[in-house]
Amino acid sequence: MHAFDYHRPSNVKEALALASRKDEGRYLAGGQSLVQAMKLRLSSPTDLIDLNAIGDLKALKAESDAVTIGAMVRHAEVAASSGVRKAIPALASLAGIIGDRQVRHMGTLGGSLANNDPAADYPAAVLALGATIVTDKRKIEADKFFKGLYETALGPGELITAVSFPVPKRAAYMKFKNPASRFAIVGVFVADFGGKVRVGVTGAGPCAFRQADMEKALAAKFAPESVASIKVKADGLNSDLHASPEYRAHLITVMAKRAVEAAMK
Amino acid sequence: MTAPLIGARVQRKEDYRFLTGAGMYTDDVALPGQAYAAFVRSPHAHARIKKIALDQAKKSPAVLAVYTGADLAAAKVGGLPCGWLITDVNGQPMKEPPYPPLAQGKVRHVGERVAVVIAESLAQARDAAELIEVDYEVLPAVVDPVKAKGAPAIHEAAPDNACYVWALGDKAAVDGAFAKAAHVTKLDFVNNRLIPNAIEPRAANATYSRAEAGYTLYVASQNPHVERLLMTAFVLGLPENKVRVVAPDVGGGFGSKIYLYPEDVVVTWAAKQLNRPVKWTAERTESFVSDAHGRDHVTTAELALDRDGKFLALRVRTTANLGAYLSTFASCIPTILYATLLAGQYTTPLIYCEVTAVFTNTTPVDAYRGAGRPEATYVVERLVETAAREMKLDPAGIRRKNFIRQFPYQTPVALCYDTGNYEATLDAVMKMADVAGFKQRKEESLTKGKLRGLGYACYIEACGIAPSNVAGSLGARAGLFEAGEIRVHPTGTVTVFTGSHSHGQGHETTFAQVVADRLGLPIENVDIVHGDTSKVLFGMGTYGSRSIAVGGTAIVKALDKIVAKGRKIAAHLLEAAEADIEYDRGVFKVAGTDKQKTFGEVAFAAYVPHNYPLDKLEPGLNENAFYDPANFTFPAGSYVCEVEVDRDTGATQIVAFTAVDDFGKIINPMIVEGQVHGGLAQGIGQALTEGCRYDSTGQLVTGSFSDYAIPRAGDVPLFKLDTRETPCTHNPLGVKGCGEAGAIGAPAAVMNAITDALGVKDLPMPATAQTVWRSMHKAA
Repeated sequence: MHAFDYHRPSNVKEALALASRKDEGRYLAGGQSLVQAMKLRLSSPTDLIDLNAIGDLKALKAESDAVTIGAMVRHAEVAASSGVRKAIPALASLAGIIGDRQVRHMGTLGGSLANNDPAADYPAAVLALGATIVTDKRKIEADKFFKGLYETALGPGELITAVSFPVPKRAAYMKFKNPASRFAIVGVFVADFGGKVRVGVTGAGPCAFRQADMEKALAAKFAPESVASIKVKADGLNSDLHASPEYRAHLITVMAKRAVEAAMK
Repeated sequence: MTAPLIGARVQRKEDYRFLTGAGMYTDDVALPGQAYAAFVRSPHAHARIKKIALDQAKKSPAVLAVYTGADLAAAKVGGLPCGWLITDVNGQPMKEPPYPPLAQGKVRHVGERVAVVIAESLAQARDAAELIEVDYEVLPAVVDPVKAKGAPAIHEAAPDNACYVWALGDKAAVDGAFAKAAHVTKLDFVNNRLIPNAIEPRAANATYSRAEAGYTLYVASQNPHVERLLMTAFVLGLPENKVRVVAPDVGGGFGSKIYLYPEDVVVTWAAKQLNRPVKWTAERTESFVSDAHGRDHVTTAELALDRDGKFLALRVRTTANLGAYLSTFASCIPTILYATLLAGQYTTPLIYCEVTAVFTNTTPVDAYRGAGRPEATYVVERLVETAAREMKLDPAGIRRKNFIRQFPYQTPVALCYDTGNYEATLDAVMKMADVAGFKQRKEESLTKGKLRGLGYACYIEACGIAPSNVAGSLGARAGLFEAGEIRVHPTGTVTVFTGSHSHGQGHETTFAQVVADRLGLPIENVDIVHGDTSKVLFGMGTYGSRSIAVGGTAIVKALDKIVAKGRKIAAHLLEAAEADIEYDRGVFKVAGTDKQKTFGEVAFAAYVPHNYPLDKLEPGLNENAFYDPANFTFPAGSYVCEVEVDRDTGATQIVAFTAVDDFGKIINPMIVEGQVHGGLAQGIGQALTEGCRYDSTGQLVTGSFSDYAIPRAGDVPLFKLDTRETPCTHNPLGVKGCGEAGAIGAPAAVMNAITDALGVKDLPMPATAQTVWRSMHKAA
């Protein structure tokens, strides 16, 4: 790890001010990706602006039509929240299978989304639930947030403060895990808003995306067989040691089918 | 009088220390004036070093020294030796290219050490290491052992990249048997390369004392005396008496900490140059590229059978990847510890094995839990199961038909099994695993969209490698005995010194059980010391499941001497003839009388010899013994694995794993079960998740835990274990060893189960979900 200056602002305003002064500074949320990269000397920010003392980013509010989660809420808190479990149980269970126990107790929603790892779990839910990403400057629709590999709509210094998830009629997330990292090789989040269905896929492409054919078929009939025969194209899907594009394409269908089955239970 | 301790489930004495964080590992050792080393490693698999620019690094803050291969060469530091000479089929010695601790002119694998920076702090050493610029001329690399022969030469000493071609067995007779066979089963497979990943990374901390003109090296090692011998005699040319090697608490090894490594040599040498203690601890990334890997065989294996399924002959051709350099025991693993095991549990009368060992641009390969024996078991047990399927015979039945039933049994591949009862473990495992109910379970699985399969493995292993003279005639450059010392204190408590080393095996408990049981003392009166050349008289260390069979026997022999001397002392004290003194669980008695002296009274008399036969007997009660075993021990067992394969994803779940082992006499069943659990998990890892992969340029693709999947608790089932016992005939405890069994037997059992589930002949390891899915896709 290279040397850096450490800052611990106590409110959003201070954090933003620091970020505007430090060109090569980075926000530190849960640190589960950034700190690893720094330890491997792959990332060398001059300044770390630690968000962990900012109470405003830690709110969690579950209402009948929406669940709003502060950017610094940890995965384990989402998984354990009775409000989230009641309103969107699929979101709570997704949070409960991110990474490992240590990651879940440090990693945060805002950190995960800002990092936009192609195999992260949350992006699938954000897309499928049509969530709104709230920043210090604006509100960003889910469909406009994920731009590509580790790339988001966030501008320089822009800080996610919270994410608001509309409550669906039913939803479920199915994840096929990488046996080593436990990231998603393919994860599919299916959300039924009563006639309108959204399907978010993570792990398979450069960043999370929606699967239009499946959404259409499920809107017509929300049942496993609606997606079971949909063949996803392998073009453009990720290829690595663990899964070829063809295998990932196949897994999208399998995971979507299982997510629908789970949502109907 | 105390209760018997041999065979008891005694809680581990060392656990309090480990569980409360009170262990002392090499990295915990902080010496006054401590300096830190960081190594610059090659990013290329094969390259010529044109220039190394050190100026920036030398000027970096708090840097004490920067060294390269040139500095070591100037100081006449030697290369790392190989401990086993293999003689090839033409009677020529194997090729032994130099293995310099820091690269000389060329790098031959990613991760090879090119330079070292030593600084006041670790961060400063690493910062400076980044400033070293190495100008490389990249050369073509070869990673696939099968392609090594035609590839550009890695070493001048081995122009065709072959280290040796070696063979065992009567080729003409084997070929003749194949020509007449009613059935031949043939398989081509790869025994996948594995990365050891001990929980504690390798570490070394060396210091030099001008006052004593001596060195102390703290190192995460499985065999500190061997480390000292190799380093002093072959590499640094130091007097052995001036070097103390301490292997304190060591967090796992699995073989990877047997060897003398370049980093150990460099920090030891540098400690004197700088007159400062120099510490290096591997980062996990360094462990992946620089700890010796395991396995990596490409094999064609054939089994000839008569029409009834009786084995006639076995023919095996293996290309073994040794990596870029010869690691300490690399040469004997795919030969002496592999081909000699190919009889397995069977009476196969004719066996021929030919091994071509090659250099490639990969991390050196050496012994890893099982070392040759898992590869041999995989060959035999995959062939046997496949033959049964091809000939429509019951896989258990074909094994029974060929079991060795008379002992001692001389195999056609050099080993002579002293004892065993293979039928007993197979009977037991089939009952425990409810093989009879499998058909019904298979149907139930199918209703859930799962393909269920069942596979056997009946393994044999040779443990407690020995005897020294036989090993020597086969090329070993070291002895393979063990040493032990019993020091009885004046108050009757005991300290035991063993040349064996514990890095997770539980010696401090098991060995104390043996001593306390034999002497009839409470176990808390017995302590075990190991891992320090200044305390322990000598030792060959721990590997090859040899600790209890060889190290334990050395201790027992020393104990016998203690009791013999104790009887003399007791005879004097009791005014009886020595021949009339009996020793029974802590008490010396005059036979047939109530006259007796306790062990403590005798010990006290030995150290306060007021009433003592000083004219005939030395005072004190301290004995040592060296034990060179008469033969290997031959643990064996039968495993049954049951899997369910998800038809949609190809994911395999091990739903049941039953293991019945014969380890001879068992000292501590709880510790043995732990060893079996760990071994099985590693064997399952090899079969399902672990596969070291290089790309074609020699970059390690599986260079971190993000890509290299070691099995987790959820990947293994609740194991069902039992044991059967045929005591070893040639050591006094009747013990055989248990450390590697699980890793030896499990891969074949798992792969036999998966191929059964899928109805395919073969599948490569690791059978990841994608691999299985592709196989089903192709079959469909």
